[in-house]
This record gives sequence, structure tokens and C-alpha cells, in this order.
Amino acid sequence: MNAKPLRWPVILVLWLVVIGLTIAPIVFIGNSEFGGADTAAEAAISEIAPDYEPWFAPLFEPPGSEIESLLFALQAGLGAGVIGYFFGWQHGRRHQRDR
Amino acid sequence: MKQRWLIVILAATILIVFETRPVYAMHIMEGFLPPLWALFWFAVTIPFWIIGFRQIQRIVREKPEVRLLLGFAAAFTFVLSALKLPSVTGSSSHPTGVGLGAVLFGPWVMSVLGSIVLLFQALLIAHGGLTTLGANAFSMAVVGPFVAWFIWRSMAARAPFWLTVFLAAALADLATYVVTSLQLALAHPDPVGGVVASFVKFGTIFAVTQIPLAISEGVLTVLVLNALQTNAAAELQALEVKGVRL
Repeated sequence: MNAKPLRWPVILVLWLVVIGLTIAPIVFIGNSEFGGADTAAEAAISEIAPDYEPWFAPLFEPPGSEIESLLFALQAGLGAGVIGYFFGWQHGRRHQRDR
Repeated sequence: MKQRWLIVILAATILIVFETRPVYAMHIMEGFLPPLWALFWFAVTIPFWIIGFRQIQRIVREKPEVRLLLGFAAAFTFVLSALKLPSVTGSSSHPTGVGLGAVLFGPWVMSVLGSIVLLFQALLIAHGGLTTLGANAFSMAVVGPFVAWFIWRSMAARAPFWLTVFLAAALADLATYVVTSLQLALAHPDPVGGVVASFVKFGTIFAVTQIPLAISEGVLTVLVLNALQTNAAAELQALEVKGVRL
């Protein structure tokens, strides 16, 4: 089993694939707002089961899309912070060991 | 294999020309599962949480050096769940990030970590829900990680490292949303065609939404695991991550 680290050109290409896959829909699909599906889901269900009434409401709902995006940004930021800390810590440890 | 993906992506692009209806493609919203189904999915998921908690306790006790890596796996899911990406169907969905942790720590541990992310989103962002937490945890934090782990364990010795990791993460992502549509179909069968028609309705379109995101997550997981190989070799060794020769 071959588990050699990937070479940097391969890494670059893989990153470009990820970025390309994200950008492509925005570029090639016009006239769509890429709505988050949560709202659209209600329509899909009411199509199948018109009589269904949600029996529980969220305890807290962000008051508006700005606050919602703030919380999503916070979630991503916190996670990214931990990931950055991890790699920084590992890097420092390796550096110290090599010296 | 690559050709098949190409055909699927082409088909998806053609599909959106005729089919631009917005699509369900994330967690099940609060209150949208009837009480009995909500309870049922909690009952199914709770054993996984119990075993997962015990495993985490044991890992922290026996291998304290991997604690930071445990946080890393949780953070990876945390970040990916926050990133709603555009897809070929003209709606957005987000990857799950559970494949990486399942490969590193096994599926039981991820059933806890993934559920914590879902709980955060249910409480603070009104994304998913408390009553639907059992069902959402089952799809994202149980089925996803187990799919990843199964692929990883069965392919690690036979296929190239990158392919195994890619498939494990991508199919875990895809499986999560297939299970979500199944859960919705079971709770909301089509009045004419029943559960099957309902599942096809939720599933077909929405598998298409998730396919490019699953590919992205697969590639990203390969990149991250590659970075871990160079930066966290000792931890991977301590966990005896199968197939990663150091």
C-alpha cells in the first residue's frame, strides 16, 4: 500500500478542483439564488402532505438573515481556528524536534 | 469510474434546464417529523451515542496525546457543516465532514462529535432541530461515519490511499442525504405512490444536488489527511490508522 505524501503540484490541482467545483455552479447556472433548502423543504413536504403541521418550533431563531450568517460565520471561524491551532502546534513541535 | 461521474454531472446539468424547482437538501427541520418518528430515530441513535461516549473516554484516558487530533476531527465537521455550497441544481447544501473523523477514530466516536455539531446548529441557527436531532444524527453522525469506515476498512489494503480516502468521505457525505430523504419519505409517504414515490421524489433530485459537494468533500479529505500524514505522524501511529504507513 502506497501512502507517500502527495507532491505539491498534485496538491495544487486538488485544491483547484475543490475551488472549481464550488465556483462552477455560480458561473454556469444563471437565474438562481442558490437558496438554502430549509425553506424550500417546507414547500416540498406541503406538496406531498398538505395537511401536515409542524408540531414544534425552534426555541431560538436568528432574527433575520444577517444574524444567521453571523452565526454561520462564527461556526466556521471557531472550527477554522482550532484547525489552524492544530497545524501550528504540530509544526512548532516538529521544528523543535528537528533542531 | 471517472467517466461515470462525468455522465452523472452532465445529466445533472441537463436536468437543471428542465428542473429548476428548489430542492430539499439539508437536515430535517424542527417539527417536520411526526412525534412517533422523532422518538423512533432517537431510540435508534442513542445506543451509538453511549458507545461513542465510552470510546472517547477510553481514547482520552489511554492515548492522551491524540486529544488535540480529536478536537481537530470535531473542528473539521464544524467548519464543513457551516459551509453552504452552491450546487448544479441551483440550490445549496453543505458537506458533513464526518468521513475524516471516522477514518481516524472509528464511526462510534464520530456519532458523538457529529451530533454535537447538529446540536449547536439546532440550538443557535435554527438549522435542523431538537425534535429531529435523533433522525439527523442518525443520517449524518451514524450512517455517514459507518459508510466511511466500512469503505476504509474494506479497501485500504487493496486500493491506492487517495482513492480509498476519497471514496470513504464522498460516499459518507452522499449516504447521509440519501438517508435523510428516506427518513422524510417514511414520515411523509406520497398519497398516491406511497413511501417509494416519496423517496424517489426526495432522493433523485437531491442526490444530484449533493454529488458535486460529495466530490469536493472527498478531495478535501484527501488533502487534509495528506497534511496530517506529514504534520501529525505520531498521532496517526498512536491511533494505528490502518493503511497509513509511516
